[in-house]
Amino acid sequence: MAIAREAEPVGSLHEVRESGLDRADLLGIYRHMLVTRGVEERGHILYRQGKIPGSFYTGRGNEAASVGVATAMGADDVGTPLHRDMGVHIVRGVEPWRVFAQYMGRVDGPTHGRDGNVHMAETQLGLIAMVSHLPAMLPVATGCALAFRIREEARVAVGWFGEGASARGDAHESMTLAGTRKLPIVYVCDNNQWAYSTPSHLEFATEHVADRAQAYGFEGVVVDGTDVLAVYREARRAIEKARGGGGPTLLECLTLRMEGHAVHDDAFYVPKVMFERWAESDPLERYRSWLRENAELSDEEEDEIASDVKKLLNDSLKRAEESPLPDPAGLTEGVYATPEDLDTPHHK
Amino acid sequence: MAEMTYLQAISDALRTEMRRDKRVFLMGEDVGVYGGAFKVSLGFQEEFGPWRVLDAPLAETAIVGGCTGAAIMGMRPVAEMQFADFISCAWDQLVTIAAKQRWRANTPVPMVIRLPSGGGFSGGPFHSQNPESSFAHIPGLKCVCPATPEDAKGLLISAIEDPNPVLFFEHKHLYRRIKAEVPEERYTTPIGKARLHREGDDLSVITWGAMVHTAGEAAQKLEAEGVSVEIVDLRTVMPWDRQAVLESVRKTSKVLVLHEDTRTGGFGAEIAATIAEEAFEDLDAPVKRIAAPDTPVPFSPPLEKAFIPQVDDVVAGLRELAEY
Repeated sequence: MAIAREAEPVGSLHEVRESGLDRADLLGIYRHMLVTRGVEERGHILYRQGKIPGSFYTGRGNEAASVGVATAMGADDVGTPLHRDMGVHIVRGVEPWRVFAQYMGRVDGPTHGRDGNVHMAETQLGLIAMVSHLPAMLPVATGCALAFRIREEARVAVGWFGEGASARGDAHESMTLAGTRKLPIVYVCDNNQWAYSTPSHLEFATEHVADRAQAYGFEGVVVDGTDVLAVYREARRAIEKARGGGGPTLLECLTLRMEGHAVHDDAFYVPKVMFERWAESDPLERYRSWLRENAELSDEEEDEIASDVKKLLNDSLKRAEESPLPDPAGLTEGVYATPEDLDTPHHK
Repeated sequence: MAEMTYLQAISDALRTEMRRDKRVFLMGEDVGVYGGAFKVSLGFQEEFGPWRVLDAPLAETAIVGGCTGAAIMGMRPVAEMQFADFISCAWDQLVTIAAKQRWRANTPVPMVIRLPSGGGFSGGPFHSQNPESSFAHIPGLKCVCPATPEDAKGLLISAIEDPNPVLFFEHKHLYRRIKAEVPEERYTTPIGKARLHREGDDLSVITWGAMVHTAGEAAQKLEAEGVSVEIVDLRTVMPWDRQAVLESVRKTSKVLVLHEDTRTGGFGAEIAATIAEEAFEDLDAPVKRIAAPDTPVPFSPPLEKAFIPQVDDVVAGLRELAEY
């Protein structure tokens, strides 16, 4: 039996306006979702062309969840997005050409070729670069919230994890600390139902991951992760609640990982009917229909946004391919920080 | 100057920095109301309040990870592990995230992890370890191991100022055993500079932490036999002062590397290898190592005594070297 609150889908334009979005915002969300999917589709092509070393991961199916949450964050809020959360980077303003450069191990990627795929973040945009040990970012996000609480700043941290990562102690320890201290944090669980090849019922025994929230002393909410406006509404509620001193929320966005764990994985273990069922609620298509029905999205506007995004991606690819590979001579630089490195907005 | 125990010096350093810099806060198990398992932060919560002296849940991952996040957000956290041994629970936060974040993502993590370490009082396998070599092996971490009250204060202040994750190994057996004059004002002791604990001409001992005092007692015995022993206290094992070590080796030509941690892969191996690479021609004897045997730390007194290098073990090692 579910303990977490199961959020309703978003209905009318009126309801959306009440949550603080005007029409330009709505079209902006659509554009961000298109860019998010476009970056990963182009990335996939680059991979097949042999231009991306190592492996390649996408968040197909998670565009609404990542864009919806990021749209609800304030400019001074911070987050620790993971590898299915490209939308967070896009909404926060990471330029696609730098993402492509990161994929290809070029110097203009946010990690300058030192780390690959989505292990990247622009600190000045309030993001902290993830590590492969996915739940390990949760204590870090919790620590950001702790800093805000100690300094009594009206800022919120958002920590992402998957339903697979929910199994590890990092998630438990983080939520224990955040719950006891009522920290300003929102834990976002991208529940895409498959941890590599392992289904949810072998990862957790409750109906929802968010059911656990009650045990940590805060609210758990489950939302349809393909409904960008519902995700936005619930994320905004949770973020503003945290900002107002109301403590953490565990927000679970239910989706399906629409591709394999990484490019090498054809996801043969996912039942076909499951893909078929979730393909019917493709986040982009779903939102596009909603915009046409509720916000008078016209053919012309749609074409304009699509061609604008296409141009952005084409230009970005070109620019990224011009970015040089890193010089091995610099390999050993920067293992240790210098006092000058602390001259950042966060340390002032 | 004021006479302080090693423990009081640590406490004094922490208090000094917390008074000076609002960004500094302490988080750990029982550090608040109780003042820490060893009373380093006794009275701190009254002075600095519950949000700068935080009693954490029994959750080392959350403590070290939380400090990592807070550091990235501009704080200067000091985490206390109740015992150095418990740092194993926070390995990922320290090694996977904090150590690599500057190099990988240009995100400095200025924080200190205080680690009450070392044996000598029947703490057994889980309250006595000296895990510095494990962390000295990790690029991006610094490891500080003071031997005296004066260094404990100056090095802790340097560690808090440092823009990197610094592991501060405070030897529990020195807490109340070692007392010395310590400047009352604020000062820093540079990380990476060794200290000549004792000058000598015939033999060099390279060591750190509590073993500095063991070596000191052994050197006195050797002096009575007419052998002059020099003791280099490394103070910090990462970075470590190669120059000071090589200078001493060139001066005496015979060297003993001594540590309380177990032998295989202990940091002494790195020092011995460096001496072999850089000062082979200056040696009159093979580099000698004295360290704990490769076992967990035992509990019962006779076993622990056999495990931790004793003054007599060092005396015997030095005699062998002298006679070589």
